[in-house]
Amino acid sequence: MILVLGGLWIGQNVNLLPADASANAPVYDELFRVLFSIGTILFIGIVGLVIFSLIRFRRRPSQRGDGLAIEGNLPLEIFWTAVPAIVVLFVGLYSYDIYDRMGGMTPLNHGMDHSAPMHDPSPPDENGERVWGGIGTSSIQAKDGGAIAAVPIEVTAMQFAFLFRYPQGDFISGELHVPAGKPVSLRMEAKDVIHAFWVPEFRLKQDVIPGQPTVLNFTPTRPGTYPIVCAELCGPYHGGMRSSVVVDDPESYEAWFNANNTLEVADA
Amino acid sequence: MTVSLTPQGEQHRPSLQPTGWLRYFSFSVDHKVIGLQYLVCGFLFYLIGGALAGAIRTELVSPMSDFMPRDVYNQVLTLHGTVMIFLWIVPVVNGAFGNYLIPFYVGARDMAFPRLNAVAFWLIPPAGLLLISSYFITGAAQSGWTAYPPLSTTTAASGQVIWILSVLLLGGSSIFGGINFIATVLKLRRPGLKLMQLPMYCWAMLGTSILVVLSTPVLAGTLILLSFDIVAHTGFFNPGLGGNVVVYQHLFWFYSHPAVYIMVLPAFGLVSEILPVHCRKPLFGYATMVYSIMAIVVLGLVVWAHHMFTSGTPPWMRLFFTIATAFIAVPTGIKFFNWLATLWGGRIALNSAVLFSCGFIINFVLGGITGVALAQVPFDVHVHDTYFVVAHFHYIVYGGTVFVIFASIYHWYPKVTGRMLNETLGRLHFLLTFIGFNLCFAPQHWLGLNGMPRRVAEYDPQFAFINQLSSAGALLMAISTLPFLWNVVDSAFRGEIAGDNPWNALTPEWLTSSPPPVENWEGEAPLVHEPYGYGVPIDQIDLAAASGSDLWSSGK
Ligand code: HEM
Ligand SMILES: [Cu+2]
Ligand SMILES: [Cu+2]
Repeated sequence: MILVLGGLWIGQNVNLLPADASANAPVYDELFRVLFSIGTILFIGIVGLVIFSLIRFRRRPSQRGDGLAIEGNLPLEIFWTAVPAIVVLFVGLYSYDIYDRMGGMTPLNHGMDHSAPMHDPSPPDENGERVWGGIGTSSIQAKDGGAIAAVPIEVTAMQFAFLFRYPQGDFISGELHVPAGKPVSLRMEAKDVIHAFWVPEFRLKQDVIPGQPTVLNFTPTRPGTYPIVCAELCGPYHGGMRSSVVVDDPESYEAWFNANNTLEVADA
Repeated sequence: MTVSLTPQGEQHRPSLQPTGWLRYFSFSVDHKVIGLQYLVCGFLFYLIGGALAGAIRTELVSPMSDFMPRDVYNQVLTLHGTVMIFLWIVPVVNGAFGNYLIPFYVGARDMAFPRLNAVAFWLIPPAGLLLISSYFITGAAQSGWTAYPPLSTTTAASGQVIWILSVLLLGGSSIFGGINFIATVLKLRRPGLKLMQLPMYCWAMLGTSILVVLSTPVLAGTLILLSFDIVAHTGFFNPGLGGNVVVYQHLFWFYSHPAVYIMVLPAFGLVSEILPVHCRKPLFGYATMVYSIMAIVVLGLVVWAHHMFTSGTPPWMRLFFTIATAFIAVPTGIKFFNWLATLWGGRIALNSAVLFSCGFIINFVLGGITGVALAQVPFDVHVHDTYFVVAHFHYIVYGGTVFVIFASIYHWYPKVTGRMLNETLGRLHFLLTFIGFNLCFAPQHWLGLNGMPRRVAEYDPQFAFINQLSSAGALLMAISTLPFLWNVVDSAFRGEIAGDNPWNALTPEWLTSSPPPVENWEGEAPLVHEPYGYGVPIDQIDLAAASGSDLWSSGK
């Protein structure tokens, strides 16, 4: 009992994670706390049992005889088969639910077509090309019920940098800027080897695979600057392949976007 | 009282095989000699792999890449992983202990195919030397032990090709070994010995060998395709030529997930041998242990894609692999509860073998918990390819398997040499290893959760302190091998004489002289129906009961 309460307390109150800065990060943290609580209870329980047994049942110098001849106990064995099975099933279903809430179960090949009203000078989806889904909220409902169009960004990963192209403004940036509170859709391609796009504060990671465009959708929430890390070994400078993502409040994002926009300049 | 057997003297049969220490350098077909060859050879590679780990942890003391050039760092990292897996863990838990113990356990005088056995061993030293020498000749492979294309097909080709060659040789060795173990356990059992009377290690090796034989050929095929891509510029895994890089990952993990069970199932078996002897109790739940091994074998074959949750795999696949992976925790859990129940109510001798076994239980439980967490897709998406995963598998492979290897050395050293190891040094070794190990790897969970990817030579300076802590733990681990090495060498000459059966064990390897004669027993092999027949029945407990029991019918 104490063990269970203690485990729950530790699970809820010890924070091992960095700040959360995307819509799915709090969902992730919820899962993390559940797993951490269960894990702590199990771990402390088993360590306690081992240490207790080693002390309580140690062979004292005067003892020459054997321990008890217990060869098994079927009800007990069924019990500790069933309980982990139930726990694992619960955890599995729960994480499935979490995954669904993070948008991971949206079908493949959705590409970016859910964000239909996209003014995109260079259509990203050649017909019939497979776009491999990652994780991420696919379509965000606005307050009035309509879908908010995601900000499309094209990510190119190469040894050893990320490039971000904003098709709506036809410019390229070395730093990712995204508006807080609006869904973003990254379409990622690698030029040479496999890389992985990881933002720890978003709790999101997606491999960037040569020959196979991948998408990653998310909604940033907390303004700030966070690291983008390459998480797949890609060569000697893999450790140096870092960049940053700036989550701006919508006004500063607008300002930054307009300052870089090349299409409007052409229009004027 | 102590069970005494008719002492079995040395055997003086003329033999074509060299005798004395020279036989350890020969093409011996004696399973005990081959077992020791595996063990010593594996340990030498462990020292090399450990030195490479030391280099990695030294580089990571500071956030800059300042200890060695970046490409050398990647070579070191690749060699470390490959050496530790293919030249230390796999050969030692399978080859070394398997060869030494399995013939005893089934009541045979040798393995089923002694010559194949010797060939399997003698593939290892050349393969290992080839791998290491690639560093000096052309520069070693730089793409990690996983060798994902296109990185492996675009970095220096010579190193990668040598890497493939040596892994193929090692894979071949492991397949030969696997076939031999299956044949020995199934076909060489002494008449009258039933499968369900075998010591648990036999079951573990049977399960492991099935995995080896089913999955290693897939690795071999994959690596051959990869070498075609490198040498002949074919396009199996080259997206520019219509190939697919993710297919490689599927094929690779189809072998390499079972490989992790190839590394840990034998360790489960060894612990099941060690604990009952020193707790003076029967192994708890023999039958459920056997079924869980077989369940792990079956499930282990269908979980590989949990290494690829961020590779753009379809959602249904992720769901399936999450559930299958998490369910491995059930049979694994059964085994752990059974060991805990074996400890419960025992008369536990707190010697080095038991301490290392209990260290294994504790470390592995933590590794299993993080494993189940990693099996959850949303959790894994954050920590995949980070130091969290590094921590997870070191808790399993080092905290689990390597601890068991040490426990086994403390347990079987008297059998092999006829002398005891020094217990004080053994406990010191345990203490240093346990503290060093946890100091080295526990903080890495935090590093991964907070943004440090794996396989990097440089990192965000905010992680410097925790990395230094981890490196200090690594240093302690390095130091911990010194008392062990001294103990093993010194005790071989000056250790206390052990006698034939110092632990009063009932399994057949102890029912002969220490060290055992060629062909294992002087007379006929003993028939052991109850390898774990320790303990006193509950109704006799208050009598000053005898130790051991004579439930076997020996030497009939
Ligand atoms: C309770 C059972 C276990 C579960 C549920 C489990 C689960 C996992 C998962 C999901 C990963 C992938 C993590 C990632 O790359 O994102 C992983 C990685 C790994 N696991 Fe386990 N695991 C278990 C036991 C083991 C055992 C017994 C071993 C070895 C003896 C092992 C060795 C490894 C290794 C070596 C890796 C990393 C491979 C690499 O990327 O280089 N695990 N484990
Ligand atoms: Cu990288
Ligand atoms: Cu795996």
